Amino acid sequence: MSSDLFYALTGASLFTLGLYALIKHAHILRKILAINVMGSGVFLLLVALAAGGQQAFDPVPHAMVITGIVVAISATALALALMLRLREASGLAVLPDTSPEELSEQLPEAPSDVASKNNGKNA
Amino acid sequence: MLAQSFSWQVTVIILPLVAALLCFMLPKWGRWLGLVMAFAITGSVIVLAYQVMNQGALRYAVGGWGAPLGIDLYVDGLSLLMLMVVALVGLVVSVYSMAYFKAGKAVHFWPLWMLLWTAMNALFLSADIFNLYVTLELLGLAAVALVALAGGVDALGAAMRYLLVSLLGSLCYLLGVALLYHSFGTVDIALLAERVESTPAVWAAMALMTVGLLFKTALFPLHFWLPPAHASAPAPVSALLSALVVKASFYILLRLWLEVFSQDSTAAAQLLGVLGAAAVLWGGVQALRQTRLKMLIAYSTVSQIGYLFLVFPLASLMAWQAGLYLLLSHALAKAAMFLAAGNILCFGGHDRIADLDRVAQRLPLSLTAFALAGVSSMGLPFSGGFIGKWMLLDAALQSGQWWWVAVIIVGGLLAAAYIFNVIGHSFTRAEISHEAKPVPAIMEWSALVLALAAVLMGLFASWPLAVMDIGAPFGGGGS
Repeated sequence: MSSDLFYALTGASLFTLGLYALIKHAHILRKILAINVMGSGVFLLLVALAAGGQQAFDPVPHAMVITGIVVAISATALALALMLRLREASGLAVLPDTSPEELSEQLPEAPSDVASKNNGKNA
Repeated sequence: MLAQSFSWQVTVIILPLVAALLCFMLPKWGRWLGLVMAFAITGSVIVLAYQVMNQGALRYAVGGWGAPLGIDLYVDGLSLLMLMVVALVGLVVSVYSMAYFKAGKAVHFWPLWMLLWTAMNALFLSADIFNLYVTLELLGLAAVALVALAGGVDALGAAMRYLLVSLLGSLCYLLGVALLYHSFGTVDIALLAERVESTPAVWAAMALMTVGLLFKTALFPLHFWLPPAHASAPAPVSALLSALVVKASFYILLRLWLEVFSQDSTAAAQLLGVLGAAAVLWGGVQALRQTRLKMLIAYSTVSQIGYLFLVFPLASLMAWQAGLYLLLSHALAKAAMFLAAGNILCFGGHDRIADLDRVAQRLPLSLTAFALAGVSSMGLPFSGGFIGKWMLLDAALQSGQWWWVAVIIVGGLLAAAYIFNVIGHSFTRAEISHEAKPVPAIMEWSALVLALAAVLMGLFASWPLAVMDIGAPFGGGGS
């Protein structure tokens, strides 16, 4: 297997892995991280595909990846800010209609979240 | 192609961007700056329209670099109509927002709305699929921030879900871009259309890009994020999102399917048609079951988006025109509906359909706007929705696929049912009567102007149809 193909396949698996984590985890921070892993997968794939073959080195995908990274950073910043606002408002960093079973399975820190909210109210 | 130093295509992107920065830096003047700039942007769109109608489709190479390396701005009849409907809805919503927002909230609304406008204009002018990705992301981020503007757990949760779905959609799209670039060495749509072949990489790219864009367009069953996001946002934002933002990703899908994926995609096109039909029925039934006015209107959007996807299995010139016609009239009608719902919410302090309590007598202009927009959504003659649905019916019968006709008719009946449900409740007296707050006249008239525009589209149908032919955007879809 050529190294380009190896990188391309790694990129594709990162994308799939990220997609799985995005669906599986309830905590928004994990979802945001999953999106970032997916993004890294796409970027890796872009660069790997650019290096493939014997033709001259192609700079266009690198320009695309840099643009993509800028977009990903701004999106992550917005997502984190929203998550903090949501946690401030609801006490939990999960999407509104998450079922209690999922919460107890996946969020061992959930009670402390609620406690910190109550403390905030009492203060 | 055109060697000129000044271009109106660049102007319609730069103006809202400058406006966004100015509104952000000078928050005290934000409202007035925003309004003046909204008029200026609309003016430059009109000049661009005049230019395109005289000279035909225009391509402008930013910085003189040209297609393979640089960024091209391309405008033909399809882009022009999208720019114009954004300008019309945008201008009216800007006027409405002057009265709607209290001084505090307006500080954040104006810069974000101008950024949203920048992203949409840039999106409709982009000629390459990577630039489309960047503008799509800009659009998504601005739209999410606007939803979060309402504050509160509902709006923040809806915005968060919208953001995650939107990012997932863009990443799928970007993966498709990577595959297409690797296969054909270009991201320019026109060059891709020449070079594209039927290979597994293209099928994968088609699937990824289509699914990514379907997430953003909220086609059934990927619509789950739309009703909460559109219903919990402030009224002008709901109008912008439902009328314009979901149409932007549909526009990209239309462009790609017309030019790049036009060969051997019959099975995929049928699948899109089936999903569209399911959306029409599911959205209609859900809209009937809602107890809140804004949720009803949001589900009506889910249903109306379904119609747009019925054009893919038909794929004739008339079907594409019908789809675009429905898109334009829905943009006007849905913006009018959300603005009218905003008036009702502002008036009574709630939007429970059962307690509308004689809104018809007390807010006659807003209810007229809602009813006229409803006429267009149902497809009653002689509204814009009627012309679009009529052409779609005709195209379905011509291609011998009569089952879509049944979907269109049942969808129209469902629309009639949920709209008359609202209108009926607005004439009756509720058991508990609520205190009413006066609604500024400008807000009532804004909603009415958009609703009238949606109806007038049915009376002056020849002009938009003539504009659609500029540059023959649907020329490749005639097979």
